[in-house]
Amino acid sequence: MSRERLIIILALFALLPITALAESPTAAALSYTCAGCHGTDGSSVGPSSPSIAGMDPEIFIDAMQDYKVDKRNATIMNRIAKAYSDEQIKGMAWYFAKQKLELLPQSTDTQLVELGTALHDKYCEKCHEEGGRSGDTGTLAGQWMPYLDYAMEDFIAGRRDYPRKMKRKVDAVIEAEGEQAMPALIHYYGSQHNSVKKEANHE
Amino acid sequence: MSKINRREFIRVSAGAGLVGGTLGFPGLLMAASPKVVVIGGGVGGCTAAKYLRKLDPKIEVTLIETKKAYTSCFMSNEVLSGDRTLESLTFDYEGLKRHGVNIVIDRVTAIDPAMKSVATESGESFNYDACVVSPGVDFKWDAIEGYDAEVAETIPHAWFAGPQTLTLRKQIESMPEGGNVIIVAPPNPYKCPPGPYERAAQIAMYCKHHKPRAKILILDPKDRFSKQGLFRQGWSKLYGFGTDDSMIEWVGAAGGGTVEELDPSTRTLQAEVEEFQADVINIIPPQKAGKVAFASDLVEGDWCPVDKLTFESTRHPNVFVLGDASSAAKMPKSAYAANSQAKVAAAAIVARFNGQDPGEPTFVNTCYSILGEAHGISVAAVYSLDREANTIMPIKGSGGLSPMDASEAQRKREVSYAHSWFKNVIDDMMG
Repeated sequence: MSRERLIIILALFALLPITALAESPTAAALSYTCAGCHGTDGSSVGPSSPSIAGMDPEIFIDAMQDYKVDKRNATIMNRIAKAYSDEQIKGMAWYFAKQKLELLPQSTDTQLVELGTALHDKYCEKCHEEGGRSGDTGTLAGQWMPYLDYAMEDFIAGRRDYPRKMKRKVDAVIEAEGEQAMPALIHYYGSQHNSVKKEANHE
Repeated sequence: MSKINRREFIRVSAGAGLVGGTLGFPGLLMAASPKVVVIGGGVGGCTAAKYLRKLDPKIEVTLIETKKAYTSCFMSNEVLSGDRTLESLTFDYEGLKRHGVNIVIDRVTAIDPAMKSVATESGESFNYDACVVSPGVDFKWDAIEGYDAEVAETIPHAWFAGPQTLTLRKQIESMPEGGNVIIVAPPNPYKCPPGPYERAAQIAMYCKHHKPRAKILILDPKDRFSKQGLFRQGWSKLYGFGTDDSMIEWVGAAGGGTVEELDPSTRTLQAEVEEFQADVINIIPPQKAGKVAFASDLVEGDWCPVDKLTFESTRHPNVFVLGDASSAAKMPKSAYAANSQAKVAAAAIVARFNGQDPGEPTFVNTCYSILGEAHGISVAAVYSLDREANTIMPIKGSGGLSPMDASEAQRKREVSYAHSWFKNVIDDMMG
């Protein structure tokens, strides 16, 4: 660009009100504001708000977009998600995708874990691969158990849309194991905090 | 022709002085290891210290705090119900040390902005390239006659978590079966706007099980308060609010709730219209910025004005005031707000050390109140800066309160998320 043209363009822009030029905060700056509930860089220290570090960006975007239009049950996230543009949500999604997920141990019931292991292998592993580790079906392994409990309550009560094929599997596991099915699976995932093999790397 | 995108344009135009007002630093030739002194080891100070180190490990960060450990005020109402110990709110500064922050236990007497140095009570002096001040609030003791710092040892404010929180807890435990408690709420602005009303609920939570005939009266110099509709609904559901038999009562300004005088010997309060006597009195005095802000000429009126793009004091350059002490409308004086402001200030300081303009700031506040074992409510907001008005504005169409009439399951989840928030915000500031 020639110097004259640049000056003319700058002069024209200078006539616009400053607010019209306001840049978006960076993805990092936006993501920092989440830490109060989701932990520094998205690794929550519990007891119930989920870790979002290392999360698949598409999952993050879907969740935020659903919260934005009150399509997914929430206590607070629906109010927060409405503040962000599609671009900002995308930026945060990639910021968190690149963070290393750090998980803490949770206390689990051995018998439930045992049952949950078998149920996971039979009903869930096909989509939630490697024991539910972070991937394009979300993070189950090592996720905070109260959060998993809320998520399943919402799916089952119809307050959150099931992803494809999931309802069939959930119905089947409850049909087979009754009331124990969900606690067993949740205790299984809760027990998986130190078996995260894949490092978050979505570069 | 090369393209000039919007981001580049902002940079170019800011450099040319067209956006104006935010031009960087006299000190483009910053030392290899710029020094930041942080005054105050609460949410604002700790978060700033941690994030400065996270953003640029070359920065030498020294945090000066009077106490060896931090005790959080948030969640301290749970000590009053007996749900929590004071120890569970107390944290050392080892985590910050692991981030390479120098911790100095001392009391800052004043900042010298001309010399860019901070003096302490023990005679030390610390030079800085940037100084972060996050001293929290102090009380205006002259507001209620008969009430001062000494009387507060027996008629506690308990508005800093610590020995007074335990004093208040003990007094409630040892009051007679049908005893009464009065909470004197402060006028705006003050730290933790929903705090006095959550406190009433937490005391009622204890009384419901242990002293079911007890009464809690809130005397308030205001006619409205934070999360009012949700508090009234929660109080009524859990503690009979609005009935003749309510455990909690609230008298606002219009009803004569403004307290003028205390007689500590008889535990009698003179309010605007009538006198009130109580077994236990908790007075939360009116508030202003912490002492060091006054000693360092950072205040206008009661609070510290700042450029909300960076949280730099408008009174002295290179001094950044965060948290409760700052005048940060329209953000409330809350822990989450201080945490959020600290990250904006830390990023602005790092940008300045690198000769760059500060980025566009973004802020969040989330504030939970726990009214019963399974009854939590919240308010949330995401903010952006209106530069022309120097006002931090909630983003339209977002944020707001928990819905009225939410299900019991949702209210219960909010308790669990409140506890999650507590652990995560502590970890984010000092873990």
